[in-house]
Amino acid sequence: MGQVATQAAGRTVAGAGAVAEPLQYLTFTLGGEMYAVGILNVKEIIEYGTLTEIPMMPTFIRGVINLRGAVVPVIDLSARFGGQPTEVGRRTCIVIIELADGESRHDMGIIVDAVSEVLEIPPAEIEPPPAFGARIRTDFIAGMGKVAGRFVVILEIRNVLSVDEMAALADAGRAGTPEAGD
Amino acid sequence: MDEVLAVFTVEAREQLAAMEEGLLRMEQGDRDPETLNAVFRAAHTIKGGAGVVEIHAVEKFTHVLENVLDRLRNGEIEVSDELVTLLLRGCDHIGALLDSVEQGEPDGDLVAAGAGIADGLRAWTAGPPVAGGGGGAPRHPESEAHRAGGDTAISDCWHISVRFGRGVLRNGMDPLAFLRYLLSLGEIVHMTTLTDAMPEAAQMDPEACYLGFEVELRSHADKEAIERVFDFVRDDCDLHILPPNSRIADYIALIEKLPEETMRLGEMLVGSGALTADELARGLALQQGQAETAPEAGKPTIGEILVGQSAVQPEIVEAAATRQKQVSEKKAAEARLIRVQADKLDHLIDLVGELVIAGASANLLAQKSRQAQLFEATSILSRLVEDIRDSALQLRMVQIGETFNRFHRVVRDVSKELGKEIELTIGGAETELDKSVVEKIGDPLMHLVRNAMDHGIESMALRLERGKPAAGQVGLNAFHDSGSIVIEVSDDGGGLPRDKILAKAVARGIIAAGQNLSDAEVANLIFEPGFSTADQVTNLSGRGVGMDVVKKNITALRGTVEVHSDEGLGSRFTIRLPLTLAIIDGFLVGVARASYVIPLEMVVECLELPGDAGDSHYLNLRGEVLPFVRLRELFEAEGDRPARENVVVVKAAGRKAGIVVDALHGEFQTVIKPMAAIFRHLRGIAGSTILGTGEVALILDVLALVGLAAANENVPPGAIPARI
Repeated sequence: MGQVATQAAGRTVAGAGAVAEPLQYLTFTLGGEMYAVGILNVKEIIEYGTLTEIPMMPTFIRGVINLRGAVVPVIDLSARFGGQPTEVGRRTCIVIIELADGESRHDMGIIVDAVSEVLEIPPAEIEPPPAFGARIRTDFIAGMGKVAGRFVVILEIRNVLSVDEMAALADAGRAGTPEAGD
Repeated sequence: MDEVLAVFTVEAREQLAAMEEGLLRMEQGDRDPETLNAVFRAAHTIKGGAGVVEIHAVEKFTHVLENVLDRLRNGEIEVSDELVTLLLRGCDHIGALLDSVEQGEPDGDLVAAGAGIADGLRAWTAGPPVAGGGGGAPRHPESEAHRAGGDTAISDCWHISVRFGRGVLRNGMDPLAFLRYLLSLGEIVHMTTLTDAMPEAAQMDPEACYLGFEVELRSHADKEAIERVFDFVRDDCDLHILPPNSRIADYIALIEKLPEETMRLGEMLVGSGALTADELARGLALQQGQAETAPEAGKPTIGEILVGQSAVQPEIVEAAATRQKQVSEKKAAEARLIRVQADKLDHLIDLVGELVIAGASANLLAQKSRQAQLFEATSILSRLVEDIRDSALQLRMVQIGETFNRFHRVVRDVSKELGKEIELTIGGAETELDKSVVEKIGDPLMHLVRNAMDHGIESMALRLERGKPAAGQVGLNAFHDSGSIVIEVSDDGGGLPRDKILAKAVARGIIAAGQNLSDAEVANLIFEPGFSTADQVTNLSGRGVGMDVVKKNITALRGTVEVHSDEGLGSRFTIRLPLTLAIIDGFLVGVARASYVIPLEMVVECLELPGDAGDSHYLNLRGEVLPFVRLRELFEAEGDRPARENVVVVKAAGRKAGIVVDALHGEFQTVIKPMAAIFRHLRGIAGSTILGTGEVALILDVLALVGLAAANENVPPGAIPARI
């Protein structure tokens, strides 16, 4: 059991190229649920600010922000999980995630309701994802971490923010409407 | 070591390009010995460089190639198509070897291919010299010995100039033995030992030979006999032989060939046998004497004194002096050019982009503060920033000539393959454009040139029948035109067959039968995906993946491509590209809360949308029907239409269209930020930029928007889909 969990946790940082297991996770809340991502993927956390919407995009692509001169896309995680778009509140944050795609690295922001804390979850405390019942796709889950008696969904962030899948979805979202122009 | 390797491969590629160019010129009948020398020097430099970085595969192969070139240079074999083809294949192989060096170990196939080419080349080195060859054949000394007096130097000796290769001693050869053997042919009148190549004692390799000799030999033997003395080290030394009473030009040539750069003039003249050591000594003594008696008059150069004493003829002194000057000028020219890593340049451009954004932000704040002095200061600052932007972008500008020149080889190879005679003419080679654009334009150009040769130019028989010259013309031309660069690929072939294209387009369902199209529209149908009119698929083109890919690549560079064709007379492809991909002048507009940038070069005019336009999607522009797109509808912006809307009239790809927006904000320096990968399917948006306020604005892809407007032109209003 512990073996499976170790592998699952190891996948989380495959993008960061780290050999060491990520024992530290950033936890945050979204729609009342507690989630976690490997700390090695987190670049920074910023306040929800001015965001430029991109026309003709599915709801889960919220828009782009100016991150010190770089234009970074922002994903609405709640909409990505198939729920309602996130309502912006006082504690709404954008977590900037760094992902490696082959040789290149790129940043992406995710909107969360509130950032909680950085936790250390030992591999032994991580259970494999349940077959169903977590309300989000199984391949989005790296494992279920046990923290103070309750479960935290550790996200497989590379699948959640898969560029190929999201780009295809963005394209398919438009394909349903009549095509003109080309 | 890796860095050294990288430098070597870059330089070797430059040398290869020079070699290829020279070989092609030679094939076209250029018999200038300097061309051949340039090719030889390039090969030699590659060989030398490969030796230094220890890439023996390249070194060995280039050595074989160099041997052939050497025989060519000595006139032992003659230039022929066959030989040039083989040499060009050799160049290709060196290129392939360099590729494999960059990627790691060479694979077996490559080595085998190289061995084949090397064997082919060796056949030329082993063959007998051309009997009674032309101008380049070995000259008979007698024919040279008796020239008009004024033209010859006063020397009755053979002049032998020899530089032994480093490996001579290691190969078991003793330079002294050869010199001693010379004595069996005649009398050595004078000999200068050149030790210029000798390094510091600490760096010296005792097993290497650093010596060169200048020998004056009085002998009745002929040139071949003297050359034979050096037969054993022929591959490993640099040998020049001048017959007695040679023409001054030959001495001048020799002086220019001497490898030593810093040799003093006097020594050079002694070295080349134009005057003796005695004459030099006397000249030197005189120079010293004059300096003592008249120190304020300045020292006359040794050259002047020697001429004054008629010891040497003025031309020779001049040549030697010129060489000294050239050496110093060459050094100066090298100092004026700096090789900079492209990354550093890109970083600089990025920083300048940030500076432009930061400057815009400061400007905005100054404007808001209403402090005149602050506003003035920021205005000066932003003007300077603009200048810096322009010169930073200028750094990345390169001439397109280098890209064009690559096509000499392509045209040569393809015309051989097709059995057509085709000439390439190049114009506007000095036109500059951004390096990043140059890198990406090569493939589309290649497609167009190949297409022009394959489909455009007719077979020779057909050309003659049509009363055209047998040789077809393919032209590459470039020039600047209002903020963009235009590249033209033209041919004088058959042009685009209108009927055939129409039939094909109908068959493929690209257009409806009976649709009335102008000539230009028909011609541009060839850019539609899956279109090819070639009756048979050839090796080169006709697979129907050509033109639409060309168009796609060019569109990706924010450019356009059009074709103009005169049936029977030829066709011309016109590619229009932006000068740079980093920063453009934009026109800022607003729709709802968002801002959008339209590239300024596409904006024709702005006007208020007439109130009577209603819900239709066209308006009357001074009697012209102008279709327009309403960004508000297209982008599904929130809120209601404002009372007054504005139209930005844009022109893209020769078509006019209107873009209806809420507000016009004016010109804006736009630093282009590429869109993230998840937006790769997004059409209508070309990129993003950052405004002075720190907000992100989207750059409109006018071409896509206009394409939409044009496609909807024939559709009744109301039936227009709101999305692209």
